[in-house]
Amino acid sequence: MSKLNTSSSELDLDRPNIEDYLPSGSIQEPHGTLRLRDLLDISPTLTEAAGAIVDDSFTRCFKSNPPEPWNWNIYLFPLWCLGVVVRYGLLFPLRVLVLTIGWIIFLSCYFPVHFLLKGHDKLRKKLERGLVELICSFFVASWTGVVKYHGPRPSIRPKQIFVANHTSMIDFVVLEQMTAFAVIMQKHPGWVGLLQSTILESLGCIWFNRSESKDREIVARKLREHVHGADNNPLLVFPEGTCVNNHYTVMFKKGAFELGCTVCPIAIKYNKIFVDAFWNSRKQSFTTHLLQLMTSWAVVCDVWYLEPQNLKPGETPIEFAERVRDIISVRAGLKKVPWDGYLKYSRPSPKHRERKQQSFAESVLRRLEEIN
Amino acid sequence: MGSASSMLTQYDIEEVQEHCNHLFTQQEIVSLYKRFCQLDRNAKGFISADEFLSVPEFAMNPLSQRLLKMVDGLNFKDFVAFLSAFSAKATVPQKIEIIFKVYDSDCNGKVTFNDLNEVLHDLTGSFIRKATREEVLSQLLHEAGYTKESSLLLHDFIKIMEHSGLKMEVEIPED
Repeated sequence: MSKLNTSSSELDLDRPNIEDYLPSGSIQEPHGTLRLRDLLDISPTLTEAAGAIVDDSFTRCFKSNPPEPWNWNIYLFPLWCLGVVVRYGLLFPLRVLVLTIGWIIFLSCYFPVHFLLKGHDKLRKKLERGLVELICSFFVASWTGVVKYHGPRPSIRPKQIFVANHTSMIDFVVLEQMTAFAVIMQKHPGWVGLLQSTILESLGCIWFNRSESKDREIVARKLREHVHGADNNPLLVFPEGTCVNNHYTVMFKKGAFELGCTVCPIAIKYNKIFVDAFWNSRKQSFTTHLLQLMTSWAVVCDVWYLEPQNLKPGETPIEFAERVRDIISVRAGLKKVPWDGYLKYSRPSPKHRERKQQSFAESVLRRLEEIN
Repeated sequence: MGSASSMLTQYDIEEVQEHCNHLFTQQEIVSLYKRFCQLDRNAKGFISADEFLSVPEFAMNPLSQRLLKMVDGLNFKDFVAFLSAFSAKATVPQKIEIIFKVYDSDCNGKVTFNDLNEVLHDLTGSFIRKATREEVLSQLLHEAGYTKESSLLLHDFIKIMEHSGLKMEVEIPED
């Protein structure tokens, strides 16, 4: 006779098992007859909770490490002050000028091309792509971006999708200056949103809304349509779904991996030597973040275009996503954590707690059977 | 140390160390302070329940609600004092004491059958029926020489768990 209630919530076979990644060294399988002290001893659970309070791998993913101050003595401080004067007084205005020139060139070419070449789609698309790459180059120049690209450049072929790790919205700009990707992005308010609805729309970008639950299916359909279309721009996806601090990767969403096409991984690693490129959206707006970049010496990063991957026979999309995440993490020197990036915005599902409860209940009842 | 400034002075560290009975080293207190400031997002001087729950590993823990009642709104000194039971240097009775406090949610120094039942419910969820749970508890209490009506005190807990090889330690990362 079963005293155990079956789980009313079906286990989410959609995700890898978090328990495989979390340390469980404190919980050994208890055996022997059940005594009162075994029930009173809640130490394994308490240890896990206290461990999480003291340090947890999720919070570490979003920690921005402020640079160590080096201007602490009598000759370094004036040097630093001089640096500030140069950066804010000389470099920043110059960069704003460069960016303004870039925008003028871009806008004065883009709108004529967009409206006058309405009939000649192929030529228009080609020019628009070139212009977007140009304005992105101007952006990169405005932070004195030192970007080293490794590996074969992306080619425009159907049935392929590009995935990359995500640190800031500038990832998009850094990649876009080399290839005019169509991106899937969160729709933002303000001036960024305006850019999104006008220029990026013409590249074939797809918008999503994190807060809407039905959104996933709509987006999945749009992704599929785009990827199978012959002349669409290659699609770029950031499967983490949120900006991470470039030391860790969070779990990849499987959306990009179940479209039945080749996945081309791209790894991006920023060098923090002059500035931390992590956009901590909890702490700063994108404008503040950009201004911070524009008033630092340089943004240094490496971009690796990695070998395209296909779904192996017998592999689920989740396993495929994890495998690609592994490839990207190894190349960029990032540590993997088993958390969903969206936990930044919402609480974990009760399924995880239920799994723990179920396993403890089973062990209690099993030992009870031994008595009776 | 009311306001959470981001620098701890030597005097502050010693005061906190005193308050936790020297169960943490000064380095550990500094690391804990960094962690405290990280969780306390708007530098209020305490960590709110919401901020604790933003740590997914903590939110998933079956005892998170009970622990929240104990840690919600603590200032740094009390935060460290709370965690000191998890230090490697803490004695077994000190560890048993915090376990007792988790059970004794109304802080009256007595743990009743109802308290035991509630904690067991937190740990097993809906996977053991209420009747079975109460039956198991009654049976085990009986075997240990208590009844359903008994109220357990701290020294009962210590007597029951003293020699069970209790291990409850948390490592403070060096950072």
